[in-house]
Amino acid sequence: MDLLRAIFVDPFVQMIGAPDLLAQTIWEGFVGGVLYSLIALGFVLIYKASGVFNFAQGIMMVFAALTLVGLHEKGVPAWIALLLTVAVMYGLAVGIERLVLRPLVNQPDIILLMATFGVTYFLIGFGELVFGGNPKSMIAKELWLPDGSIDIHVMGGKVELQKLDIAAAAIALVMVASLALFFQKTRIGRALRAVADDHQAALSVGVSLNQIWVIVWFTAGVVALATGIFWGARSDVSFALQVVALKALPVLILGGLTSVPGAIVGGLIIGIGEKLGEFYWGPLLGGGIESWHAYFIALTFLLFRPQGLFGEKIIERI
Amino acid sequence: MTEASHEILLEVENVSLSFGGVRAISNVSFDIRKGEIRAIIGPNGAGKTSMLNVVNGFYHPQEGRITYLGRSRSRMRAHEAAEQGVARTFQNVALFKGMTTLDNIMTGRSLKMKRGLFWQALRHGPALAEEIEHRRICEEIIDFLEIEHIRKLPVGALPYGLQKRVELGRALAMEPTLLLLDEPMAGMNLEEKEDMSRFIVEANRLRGATIALIEHDIGVVMDLSDRVVVLEYGRKIADGVPDVVKADQTVIDAYLGVGR
Repeated sequence: MDLLRAIFVDPFVQMIGAPDLLAQTIWEGFVGGVLYSLIALGFVLIYKASGVFNFAQGIMMVFAALTLVGLHEKGVPAWIALLLTVAVMYGLAVGIERLVLRPLVNQPDIILLMATFGVTYFLIGFGELVFGGNPKSMIAKELWLPDGSIDIHVMGGKVELQKLDIAAAAIALVMVASLALFFQKTRIGRALRAVADDHQAALSVGVSLNQIWVIVWFTAGVVALATGIFWGARSDVSFALQVVALKALPVLILGGLTSVPGAIVGGLIIGIGEKLGEFYWGPLLGGGIESWHAYFIALTFLLFRPQGLFGEKIIERI
Repeated sequence: MTEASHEILLEVENVSLSFGGVRAISNVSFDIRKGEIRAIIGPNGAGKTSMLNVVNGFYHPQEGRITYLGRSRSRMRAHEAAEQGVARTFQNVALFKGMTTLDNIMTGRSLKMKRGLFWQALRHGPALAEEIEHRRICEEIIDFLEIEHIRKLPVGALPYGLQKRVELGRALAMEPTLLLLDEPMAGMNLEEKEDMSRFIVEANRLRGATIALIEHDIGVVMDLSDRVVVLEYGRKIADGVPDVVKADQTVIDAYLGVGR
């Protein structure tokens, strides 16, 4: 009885008792969620256009952040380093298209998945070779990212908002909105959806697969860079950061691998759910539940919607 | 049927194509004249679809030359073929299943859209005008094919006959010079076949598309086409106007089998 009470009653009493604490927890979850969404978005973009589950997405994030910081360490001014990093991500997209995707066109999915493992190990090795393996700190100040925090007084208490988190959320929103516009309204967007549906038919109307793949991998690279900057600013830039990408898996399970809105809403649900769970229910289990809690939330959702929140309904004509 | 000129649009010379040890096409030559409806017939496995795939650049033949619009080359490339007005439909309908009828047909306009991505994303100024113009062309095709009622439906859920029509619509949206139709009437009932025949003839006459057509319904082929080429086991066994081909003993043997 006491246990049930501790699970189903006490946490909610706590929430109502201290609304400012609740708001603070939700805000922190929201910011984490936004970053999960961005990582998941990288997976979704590539999966939609090339049917590849890109295992290298996490390391692309680390590699982008590392290139940025590494270039700056070598004396390149911050903003130029940022531009150069974008150029490097473009080069990476072209390289992956030429050397990995093009030779493997029409191969089974599992082969392409394995090839992205290859890309992962290449990037780890290459990144270490060029920039060294020790953790670096993100050049947040040089990129004019704000630090410090704002206090908002609400509901008889105060909520502390990190300015960096506000900036992260704002930039993530802008990126998501422009990606949505790009993919819904332009010919490239239509071409991208066409490629995702049927390679041959796309070729027959004159869509160039190679061009689409470069665009998609480049976009995923830029998304990885943005995620890398903000995640790097919250901790350090090191190869350990790629584990964060594993948090995108429950987001993908939840949102559906093919849905951009799914990645966003899924990321927010996981982010907020994770923080609430950790803060209000974590102590019951002695803490430390954040490493598996996200999967628990995703599985609970899957019980009710096996195709994910926004996954495509599977229409099969027989 | 139409006043086909004698100007040659496409010429295929001595083309051979094999996959490993399997010979799909051996030393086939034929031409397509501007404005005609050219049928390619033959028993299953004769290499008809392979031939279309060679013409629009999906397959690259090991030998032979292809002359299209006066330019001779050893192989077509899919992207180049699309840019130069070769459009096609597929034997097993290849539509973008998640998109609506209208969006599917709009993809046929991809190569004709010239305005920058930025303006397209904002739907502003010249890009908006351009989008409206393309939309108008697509709506006109939708009218022509009598599929107004399914404009906004995702094509994955449509019945087969309608999917075939949408696919033809996407090809027509490319304003094709040469339209390749791979079994446009397979699996259709009589009424649907009549509709489709009408669309093909009108696409040819009113829209000026030269058409290459693979079809198994010999009645339809004889009615529609100006000239017929017959393939068997990857070789050409006959070529000429329908009446001559129909009476050709090799063709009759190929279709009915022959005691040896």
